[in-house]
Amino acid sequence: MAYSVTTQTPASRITAILGVILIVVLLALPFFAGRGTIQDMFFILTMLVLAQLWNLLAGYGGLVSIGQQAFVGMGAYALFGTVILWGFDPVPSILFAGVAALVIAVPTAFFAFRLNGAYFAIGTWVIAEVVRLLVAQWKTLGGGTGTSLPRDATRDMWFVETIENTLGVRSAAARDILAYWLALILALATIGGIYWLLRTRRGLALAAVRDNTEAAKSVGVDAGRMKWIVFLSSAFGTGLAGGLIYMQKARISPDAAFSVTDWTAYVIFIVVIGGIGTVEGPIIGVLVFFALQSLLADFGSWYLMTLGVLAIVIMLVAPRGLWGLLSERTGLHLFPIRRRLSGGKLTTSEE
Amino acid sequence: MSLLQTKDLVAHYGDFQALFGVDIELNEAETVAIIGANGAGKSTLMRSISGVLRNDAASVAFDNRPIGGQSADEIMSLGVAMVPEGRKLFPSLTVEENLLIGTYGRKTTGHWNLKTVYDLFPILAERRNNPGTALSGGQQQMVAIGRALMSNPRVLLCDEISLGLAPVVIKDIYKAIPQIKAAGASMIVVEQDIAQALAVADRVYCMMEGRVTLSGTPDSLSREDIHNAYFGASH
Amino acid sequence: MIWVDTIIQGILLGGLYALFAAGLSLVFGVMRLVNLAHGDLIVMGAYLILVLVTLLGLSPFVAVFVAMPLMFGLGWALQRFLLNRTLGDDILPPLLVTFGLSIALQNALLEGFSADSQRLPTNALTTASVEIGSITLGVMPLLTFASAVLVIVGLNQLFYRTEIGRAFRATSDDATTASLMGIKPANIFATATGIALVIVTIAALYLGLRANFDPNIGPARLIYAFEAVIIGGLGSLWGTLFGGIIIGVAQTVGAAINPEWQILAGHLAFLIVLLVRPRGLFPRAND
Repeated sequence: MAYSVTTQTPASRITAILGVILIVVLLALPFFAGRGTIQDMFFILTMLVLAQLWNLLAGYGGLVSIGQQAFVGMGAYALFGTVILWGFDPVPSILFAGVAALVIAVPTAFFAFRLNGAYFAIGTWVIAEVVRLLVAQWKTLGGGTGTSLPRDATRDMWFVETIENTLGVRSAAARDILAYWLALILALATIGGIYWLLRTRRGLALAAVRDNTEAAKSVGVDAGRMKWIVFLSSAFGTGLAGGLIYMQKARISPDAAFSVTDWTAYVIFIVVIGGIGTVEGPIIGVLVFFALQSLLADFGSWYLMTLGVLAIVIMLVAPRGLWGLLSERTGLHLFPIRRRLSGGKLTTSEE
Repeated sequence: MSLLQTKDLVAHYGDFQALFGVDIELNEAETVAIIGANGAGKSTLMRSISGVLRNDAASVAFDNRPIGGQSADEIMSLGVAMVPEGRKLFPSLTVEENLLIGTYGRKTTGHWNLKTVYDLFPILAERRNNPGTALSGGQQQMVAIGRALMSNPRVLLCDEISLGLAPVVIKDIYKAIPQIKAAGASMIVVEQDIAQALAVADRVYCMMEGRVTLSGTPDSLSREDIHNAYFGASH
Repeated sequence: MIWVDTIIQGILLGGLYALFAAGLSLVFGVMRLVNLAHGDLIVMGAYLILVLVTLLGLSPFVAVFVAMPLMFGLGWALQRFLLNRTLGDDILPPLLVTFGLSIALQNALLEGFSADSQRLPTNALTTASVEIGSITLGVMPLLTFASAVLVIVGLNQLFYRTEIGRAFRATSDDATTASLMGIKPANIFATATGIALVIVTIAALYLGLRANFDPNIGPARLIYAFEAVIIGGLGSLWGTLFGGIIIGVAQTVGAAINPEWQILAGHLAFLIVLLVRPRGLFPRAND
């Protein structure tokens, strides 16, 4: 049967088919699922986006950022700003959220790239704090106490009326469905985009940088440029997610939007538990995270303590996370980057 | 009865096997030279004996005790000191501190102390407060030898002490060896410079591709034997 | 004259930040490890002193000496059994493990002590002040600053005058060669973290005496400590004191202009130094 050379694995072909089916089901979900499910799915999808983007930074780029809340918060505030100050519709304002995050990512990278390794991590955190403190000075957007989206802006949001009429739901539920669809599109675009990036020549160089510091040296200038590309694209995506999350919440404050726990700690735990440096890892991780949260969220600080300890244990005994364990046992690769990666190392070392 | 002995010693770097059953022996008050080309496994042998690479317990014996499974710091405290390849001085320490740190794991009152090491290499006394790495290659080698002597080891392992040094400097360093022997240390000297090795050694082992290919006293070995053992018989 | 006063208060505040930072600087210097739980360990130290004060009826200044050996033991064990396993070429394990530790510790403290803010009991000494000319200086800030200077002098003596200090430096240079000297790198690292936590305990004393604390303030202390270390230049202990002073002065000057700008001004001072001197003001030569 094996008469053609292919880069796919049998599992990846089955994944593709199952993936298409899954996407169709997810798109159609609002037609048969209740509002609670839609809200849960919105949470899962937006956390998945944040996790994929952090994984791109840390797992592939070696850039361990603890300052992703800067981009979530900046994106969210940019959305509120364009809606409240300029009277834009919230839906297109999500794009401004991404752009605003991108804009602050440039000086952030400029400063943080001067720091190495662990110090880069804390450096990004400092900058996120600076952005939070500056935004808290922005009195028109509520200063330290925050503000809400105007009611007419949320009521008249694009597509909401169509959804109300088509699905026969009330306005609030229609807004959740809209947010869910947008989150689904963002998640698919993020996974697709990262998968595409990792399979380009540059992406392969990136993987080589992560796998082998010697290779990193031979890649030279390209590695520096790759760091910028990865950092900026991750900031843009994180800003979009931040805008979307707070469009759905419709209420913002600096402490919530720039929360290191919500937007960075949870995200790190998702990626570490699922498996850092893989596309599959964050998907597994977000599902485990959601399950744990549903089970343990009532226990408050015990829950976070458990997550912290779990992350430590996984980092020590299975540094490639749950997906790494599964993939080792079964040889399963749903997103086969790895086998193309070995070819990639050869091309980069020839340069 | 030998002081130090390896028995069927093997070593691996990941999947790569570097030593294939090496048996050598060092007797009390003896100097043994190990010669061989680059990649013959000489340095790996030194790293195995000193504990930088761990082995099966039984594959290295010191004083008839198995030490193959012990860590480098434990083996050092038993009295096996190493002058590592490339000298490896500590850049943050001065010359004198580099010498003093040599006693960290083993405090003794033998022949060697700061004063006697400075007598052996007077130039080091002049430069005692310089950072170790500010010295010339030859002087750095003197510090590395002195550092190992400071603990009055019963066995001194010298890994490639002439590598990268000018001939006149090598001569200076080798002049110290009879004094080190006289003070009572048994030595294993790893050398690529065959003439130098034969001059100081009581016995010689020649290694090739991770195995001992020849051994004997310097007088008993012909040039041709050594040549064959060094490069392989086909040359 | 008000500005002179502000700046002097800032310098003294810098002593507190230098105390926060000295342990971080020590651990980084010896084993290139950045402990993201450092701030939470300071807060934990403050709670430990509080417990000793409450249970045994000790003065905080006595309790701190009881806490020190406990914290040393904790640091030693933490490094020996957990953090040593994360050291290596890959930067992810130490970062992610200490981050997990930070979150776990914060929430353990929340569970044990609730989110209510606490303070170590003060006495006449801690609220006293001295007048020098027209400037009034609190005894507490003076004591903090003096302790910071003492800690840094002590660490320098330890590093450059003792055998264990030589072993610290040698292991930091090259752990494998150090083991050939009979040094056990794993124990050296554990000892370094133990000492770092003794300093953390001193920092915790002043943290708890000078202001309220609660389980959530650890990360901010980590950030101040980190800024002081970077401004001073990695591996330079006097640089760390100087870095702490810069942050302290920036904060008091910022607060004098507008109380809301206190923290922001400290961060901005850090960013400016990072911009002008990326390797800090007193970088170590070989690094």
